[in-house]
Amino acid sequence: MKASAEKIETCKCAYPLGQCRRGFKGTLVSVCPLAGKDGYDADELELRLLELGFIEGASVHVLHEGPFGRDPIAVRVNDTTVALRRSEAMAILAE
Amino acid sequence: MSSAPAISQPQASQPDPDAQPIEVALVGAPNCGKTALFNAMTGATAKVGNYSGVTVERKVGIATTPAGRKFSVIDLPGTHSLRARSPDEEVTRDVLLGQRPGERVPDMILAVGDATNLRGALRLVSELKKVGLPIVMILNMIDIARHRGLQIDHEALSDELGIPVIPATAVRKGGLDELWQTVDPMLDAGLAEPQPSSWAVPNTHDMRVAMREAERLVNAHVIRPPEPDTVSAKIDRVVLNPFAGPVILLAILFVMFQAVFSWAAPFMDAIDAGFTWLGGIVTAVLPEGLVQSFLADGIITGIGSVIIFLPQILFTFLFILLLEDFGYMARAAFLMDRIMGRAGLNGRAFIPLLSSFACAIPGIMAARVIDNKHDRLTTILVAPLMTCSARIPVYTLIIAAFIPNRTVLGGLSLQGLVMFGLYAAGVFSVLAVAFVARYIFAREERHAPLMLDLPDYKMPILRNIALGLYQRAKIFLRRAGTVIFWATVVIWVLSTFPLPPEGATEPAINYSFAAMIGKFIAPVLAPLGFNWQIAVALVPGMAAREVMVAGLATVYAVGGESGLVHLLADQWSLATALAVLAWFIFAPQCISTLAVIRREAGSAKWMWVAVGYMFALAYIAAFLTYRIAVAFGAG
Repeated sequence: MKASAEKIETCKCAYPLGQCRRGFKGTLVSVCPLAGKDGYDADELELRLLELGFIEGASVHVLHEGPFGRDPIAVRVNDTTVALRRSEAMAILAE
Repeated sequence: MSSAPAISQPQASQPDPDAQPIEVALVGAPNCGKTALFNAMTGATAKVGNYSGVTVERKVGIATTPAGRKFSVIDLPGTHSLRARSPDEEVTRDVLLGQRPGERVPDMILAVGDATNLRGALRLVSELKKVGLPIVMILNMIDIARHRGLQIDHEALSDELGIPVIPATAVRKGGLDELWQTVDPMLDAGLAEPQPSSWAVPNTHDMRVAMREAERLVNAHVIRPPEPDTVSAKIDRVVLNPFAGPVILLAILFVMFQAVFSWAAPFMDAIDAGFTWLGGIVTAVLPEGLVQSFLADGIITGIGSVIIFLPQILFTFLFILLLEDFGYMARAAFLMDRIMGRAGLNGRAFIPLLSSFACAIPGIMAARVIDNKHDRLTTILVAPLMTCSARIPVYTLIIAAFIPNRTVLGGLSLQGLVMFGLYAAGVFSVLAVAFVARYIFAREERHAPLMLDLPDYKMPILRNIALGLYQRAKIFLRRAGTVIFWATVVIWVLSTFPLPPEGATEPAINYSFAAMIGKFIAPVLAPLGFNWQIAVALVPGMAAREVMVAGLATVYAVGGESGLVHLLADQWSLATALAVLAWFIFAPQCISTLAVIRREAGSAKWMWVAVGYMFALAYIAAFLTYRIAVAFGAG
C-alpha cells in the first residue's frame, strides 16, 4: 500500500488517526486503545473499531471533518465510510 | 430450545394449515435493507429507514411463498454483532439464543447482508452460524451491487460457508424469486434440528480472526470494479462541507417548518370546515338539549380540534422518513455531534430530538439507537421539551389572539417570529437541561463515543415512505380515538354537570365541576396570572396538550377557533397570555409521553423526575414571564 502523502512527507512512523487532517490517506498499522481514555474501556473500544472495519492493513482516508472544531471525522475504511470522534480515532495508528 | 418444540418435526410435502407456522428471523446490520426485505416478504407496514438502528420495534409478519406455504417472519433489530451493546441489539441476541422470556426461538435465520458491502455481513454470519439454527444468507440489494459492477460468486461463497447464499432485491418485483426457490424446498424437506449454541462473546483476538476471514472471502469471491461508487462521495463532499453542510442542514429544517406550517394549512382548513359542517348538521337535526350539546360541543368540537393536526404530523414525518431513507440522517448526526456533545448529548440524539418536533413519543422510542445508558436517559428526559406538534394549536391560538399581525424588521411576520422564538426556547431548554443533567448524574461518566456508519445514499422508496406515513396516521388517529376521545368526554361532563339551577344568571359552566376544580387549583396558579378558566382547561390538557384548546372552547362556551381568539383577546391580559406560552414550553402536559418515558427509561422514577423538573421549570418560567410582563405594563 502506498503510504502517501499530504501529512507525512518524511516521517515513516505511525500517526494517530485522531490527529490527521482531511485528505490524509494511509494504511492502518495498529488499533490499540489506551486504558483510561475517554469513553469505553480499552477492549470495548478496540472491539467496536474492529467491527467497523478498522483492522490492521486496512486503507484509511480521512474524507471529512466536522464543521465545528474539525470534530468528528468521517473516515473511508476500505469500502465503507464511518464517522467517529477524534478522541476515539486516537486509538488508531496509521502511516 | 425447548420453547419451540413444533419446529423440528419434518414437514410433510403438503403444508399443514393447522400447524404452528414456522418462524424465520431476519438478522443483519443496520442499513442492510433488512426492513425493506421484511416489507417485501410480508407486505406488513413496517417502517424502513436508512439511519443506523431505526428498526427498534418487534415486527412480525406473515410471508406466503409462491407454493402457498405460510410462515411468520420476525424482523430483529439491526446489529453488527451478537456482542450486544444497546437495548435493541440485546433483543436480537437474546431472541436468537433463546434467552428472551416469552419469545419463541426462531426456527431459521435469514442472515441479511448488503451485497455492496459484504465484509461486515460475512463476519456476522460467522457468529450466527455458532448459534446452531438453520441459516440462509441473503445478498440483499444485489441490483445496486450489480449496477456498480460488483460481481459476487455466491455459489462459491455458499460452498465455503456451508450454507445457502442467495442474491435478492427487496424493492423489485421478482427480486425474491430465488429466495423462495431455495427456502420452499428447505421447508418441504424439514428444517434441521437446532444444535446447541456454541456462541461465546468474542474477544479482540476472535474479532480480528473473524474480520480477516471475512476479508479473505470477499477477496476470493467478489470482483470489485476498478472505480468504486462515487455518487455518495460526491454528495458528501457538498453535504459534509464544513461551510455548506450546516447551511444545507438549516435549509432543510427551514423547508420542513415551511411545510409543516404553510403547506399543511389548506388540509387543516378542510378538516376544520368538515367538522364545523358536521357540528352544524348535529345542531340542526337534534333538538336542543344534553344530547345535542354532548355530540356537537363535546365530541365533534373536541375530536375535531385534535384531528386538525394530522396534516402537520404527516408533513413532519414525511420529511423525517425521506431523510432517513435517503441516508441524510446519519450525516445530520455527524454535523451536529460537536454541538450536541457540548450539551452532553450524543450526535445520535439528533434524530430522536428531531422526531420530537412531531411528537415526543416516537422521539423517545427512537432514543433506543443510543447505546450509552446515560446519554439515552438524558435524551429521553429532554425530548418532551422539544416543541411537539401538539403545542402548535395552543401557540397559534394565543399568538393569533395577542400578537399583532404585522411585519417587523423589514418584512418578517411578528407572529412568525414569536413562533420561531417559542421553538428556539424549546431547543435551548433541551440543550440547557441536558447540560445540567450531565453534571448531576453523569459527572464521573466518560463521554460516550459517536461511531456510526455513513451509509451510501439511496433513493427513497415511495412505497416504504407511504407505509411509514400510514403507520403514523394510524397511531395518531387511534390516540385521537381513545385517549383524546375520553378526555373530551370527561371535560364535557365536568363542564356540563351539575346543571345550573333554574333562573341562573351566569353561564352554565360556572356551576359545573370544572369550575369547582378550576377554582380549587386557581390559587396555586394565580401568581402566574392564570385565571380559573385556564386552570380548568389545564386539567384535561394533561391528556394531551392540544386538548387545552378544546378545553378553553368548552369552558368559555364558544365554538370555532375565531370565536375563541376574540374572546381570549378580550378576557386575558397580554401578561397572562405570555405566561401561558411560557408554561407550555415546559409543562409535561401529556400523559402518553409520561407513560412512554416510564416504559423506555425502565422505571417510574425517571418518569417522576421528568414530571417534577418540567412542572418546576414551567412554573418558574410562567411566573417570571408574568411578573416581567406586568412590570412592563402588560398586566
